[in-house]
Amino acid sequence: MPSKFIGPGLFLCGLAVTLSCDALHLINPYIAQILMYIGINVIMTSSLNLVNGYLGEFSVGHAAFMAVGAYAAAFFSLSIFPHCGPLLFPLSLLAGGFASGIIGFLVAIPAFKARDDYLAIITLALIMITKSMFENLPWFGGPQGYSGIPKYTNLSWVFAAAVMTVVVVRNVVRSGFGRGIIAVRDDEVAATLVSVDTRQVKIIAFVIAAFFAGVGGGLFAHLIQFINPRTFSILKSTDFLLMLYLGGSATIGGPILGAAIWTILLEVLRFLGVWRFVVAPVALIVLMVYRPQGIMGWNRKKRENLKV
Amino acid sequence: MIIQQALNSLQLGSIYALIALGYTMVYGVLRLINFAHGDVFMVGAYAALFLAVSLGFPLIALAPLTFVAIGLLGIVIERIAYKPLRGAARVSAVITALAVGLFLETLMLAVVGPEPKKFPALITTKIHTLGSFTVTNVQALIIIISVALMIGLDLFVAKTRTGMAMRALSWDKTFAPLLGINVDRIVSITFFIGAGLAAMAGIFTGLAYPVIDPYMGIMVGWKAFVSAVIGGTGSIKGAVLGGFLLGAVEILSTAFLPSTYKDMIVFGLLLVILLFKPQGFFGTPAQKKV
Repeated sequence: MPSKFIGPGLFLCGLAVTLSCDALHLINPYIAQILMYIGINVIMTSSLNLVNGYLGEFSVGHAAFMAVGAYAAAFFSLSIFPHCGPLLFPLSLLAGGFASGIIGFLVAIPAFKARDDYLAIITLALIMITKSMFENLPWFGGPQGYSGIPKYTNLSWVFAAAVMTVVVVRNVVRSGFGRGIIAVRDDEVAATLVSVDTRQVKIIAFVIAAFFAGVGGGLFAHLIQFINPRTFSILKSTDFLLMLYLGGSATIGGPILGAAIWTILLEVLRFLGVWRFVVAPVALIVLMVYRPQGIMGWNRKKRENLKV
Repeated sequence: MIIQQALNSLQLGSIYALIALGYTMVYGVLRLINFAHGDVFMVGAYAALFLAVSLGFPLIALAPLTFVAIGLLGIVIERIAYKPLRGAARVSAVITALAVGLFLETLMLAVVGPEPKKFPALITTKIHTLGSFTVTNVQALIIIISVALMIGLDLFVAKTRTGMAMRALSWDKTFAPLLGINVDRIVSITFFIGAGLAAMAGIFTGLAYPVIDPYMGIMVGWKAFVSAVIGGTGSIKGAVLGGFLLGAVEILSTAFLPSTYKDMIVFGLLLVILLFKPQGFFGTPAQKKV
C-alpha cells in the first residue's frame, strides 16, 4: 500500500470506530466523556502551539477564543437553525470558528506592532474584556450563562475535528509559509532580510489558531450544554498553556500528549479529592525543572552544540 | 463625594501599587513575569489571618512577622521553581510561575476550604469627620504605611549598595556579575522584598475589605500586573503610578456604572494606554539589535 494512503486510511478507520461507538454505545459514557475532553483539549492545545510554539510568541488568550466560538456556535444552534437537529452542527462549529477568527484578526492587528511581552498583555486584556462583555450583553444570558444547548458533540465529531486541527497545523508548519513562521521565531530580523513579511506571517498564524480555538469552543459548548462567562476565565487559558508546555511546544506530538496526560492525570488522581489539584501543578514544576522543553520537546541547545 | 471617592481610590490604589512593585522588581532583575505573585499576596493575607486568630498577635507585631515570613516564601519559590530555569528558554520559567500560582491556590483551597473567611478587625475603626467628608483610621493607616513603604523602597534602590546592584543587574545581565555582583543574593533580596510587600497588601486587603478566599489573588494579581505594565515594567515609580491610576479608574467606574463593567473598563484602559505608549509611562523603549 502506498504510504500516502496510510494517513487517510487510519483516519477513516478511526472515524468508523468512533461512529460505531457513538451509534451502538460501545463504551461507557464516562470514558467517552473523558475521551471527548481529551479531543477538545487536543484541538485547543495544537492550535495554541501554532502561536506559542512555532511562532514563538506568548498568547494567554485561548480561553477568550474558545468563549467566542462557544457562544457563536451555541447561538447558531439555538437561534439560527433551531429545529434542524444535529444535521447542521458542522455549520454551527464553522460559525464559531469564523467568529473567533475574526476576533483573532482584530486583536492581531494592534498586537503584533511591537515588543516581546506585548501579545501576552493584549491577550490578557482580551480575556477579561470578552468575559465582561458576555456578562453584560443581554442576548447571551448574562452572568447566569447560556443554557439549553443541544448535546450534538459526540466522539466522531470530536475525533474528526481534532484530526483536522492537527493535520492543518502540521501542514501549515511544513509549508513554505510555515518556514516563515519558524524563521520569525528564530530570528525576526534575519527573516525580514530574506523577505518574510513578518507581520503578515504572525497575523495569519494567529488567525488560524483562533479559528480552531473557536471550533474547539463550539464542541465544548455542545458537550457540556451550559456555558457561562466564568467558564472561560484566565484559568482555562492557563490549563492549555500547561498542557502545551508539558507535552513540549513546537512539536506536533507534544500538544496531543500533553492534553491527554493532563486530562487523564486529573481523572486518575480523583481519589485524592481536592488534593489532586495540588499534585498536578507540583508534577508540572518538577517536570519543567528537569526537562524545560517538555516531554516531546527536543533540547535546542544540545542540537546547536551538535551542529558546531 | 469627590474627596470621598479619591480616598477610596487611594486605598485601593495602595494595594495594587504594593503588589505591582513585586512584579516590576522581579521583571527588572530577571525579565520574568512572575505569575505566582498574586497568589503570594493571597498567602500573605491568610498568614496574617492565622497569626491574628490562632495566635492572637496584634497588628503591630503581626505585620513585620508576615512580611518576613512571606518574604522567605518568595525566596524559597525562586530557589525551587525559577532558579534551575535561569539558563533555559524564558517561557519555561513563565510556565513554572503559572504552576506555582496554581499550586498555592489549590494548596490553600485544600487546607482551609473554598469558603471565604472573615478577616478580624485588628484595630477598632474610628471615623473622623473633617468638614463634609469622613476618613476612617483604617483608611488613613493603609494609605500612610503604603506610601511610607514605597518611599522606603525607592530610597533603598536609589541609595544603598544593594539597591545599586539591583539597578546594575537590571541594566545589564552580562556585565553586572563581572563587576563582582552576587546575582543569586540580589535575586533573593528582590524576591524577599517583592513578596513581603505583597504580604503587606494582603493584610491591608484584609483590613479594608474584610473577607478573604483562596482565589482572591488571581484578579488582584492580574490587575497589579496591569498597573506595572501601564507604569512601565521594571520601573518602581511607574508601578506606584500605575497602581494608583488603576485604583482611581476602578473606583470611578463603579461609582458611575454597574460593577460588572469594571473589568472591561480597566483592561480597555490598558489597551488604550499601550496603543499610545507601548512602553508604559516610565518604561525605556526596547531596541531590537541585530
